[in-house]
Amino acid sequence: MAKIYSKDSLVTKAMKPRKEIVSFLLNYSKALSILKVNNKTFEIISN
Amino acid sequence: MADIQTPDALLVQNYVAGNENALATLIKRHESRIYGFIYSKISDRDISNDIFQDTFIKVIKTLKSNSYNEEGKFLPWVMRISHNLIIDHYRKNKKMPMFRETEEFSIFSIMSDDTPTIENRLISAQVEEDIKRLIEELPLDQKEVLVMRMYQDMSFKEISEITGVSINTSLGRMRYALMNLRKVIDKHQIVLTN
Repeated sequence: MAKIYSKDSLVTKAMKPRKEIVSFLLNYSKALSILKVNNKTFEIISN
Repeated sequence: MADIQTPDALLVQNYVAGNENALATLIKRHESRIYGFIYSKISDRDISNDIFQDTFIKVIKTLKSNSYNEEGKFLPWVMRISHNLIIDHYRKNKKMPMFRETEEFSIFSIMSDDTPTIENRLISAQVEEDIKRLIEELPLDQKEVLVMRMYQDMSFKEISEITGVSINTSLGRMRYALMNLRKVIDKHQIVLTN
């Protein structure tokens, strides 16, 4: 019965973000450093 | 394989301590759930990718500035960030909705150029010409009132003062002028529409 009345999930593959997005995030994280000086926050992106 | 068993909290700690690989593991572990959650609300792959990216930019900034406190769990926290960004996206879109051209929907079906085409302008000029000719056929007193009212934008009081008749007579002449015009138009079946 279960076979008759249940459908296969329409989502066959797990959805994932684009590889470029993940790669960008990892590179961004590596490049970013945050400095806190006297209640002020500085974001520094190194090349 | 060891990464799978490492708890999120420890990976977060390692990342804050400077281990960049910890972030890669966290993203890999949760990308599917987070992206799936965003896509379930947005139904557009490109926008979902943008929101996913913005979510993790916030995560990275918060962790790097030591502002993250491990009150809850990592995944619910990230989900909350993406949820807020989804709401922001809809708020922005409400102010400026975005339409995409599909097979069933064309943007030009709701957008149109109101400026008259050359054909419209030609027809308008023709209609005006026809009306002028019809007015020429009217008796002089009716023509006089109609021209002053319609083309010179004068009030019936002004017309009556200029023509030396009462306002009621001017109104009557205007009425007869319009009736006569309609009669001629009907009789000759003249089309005066653009």
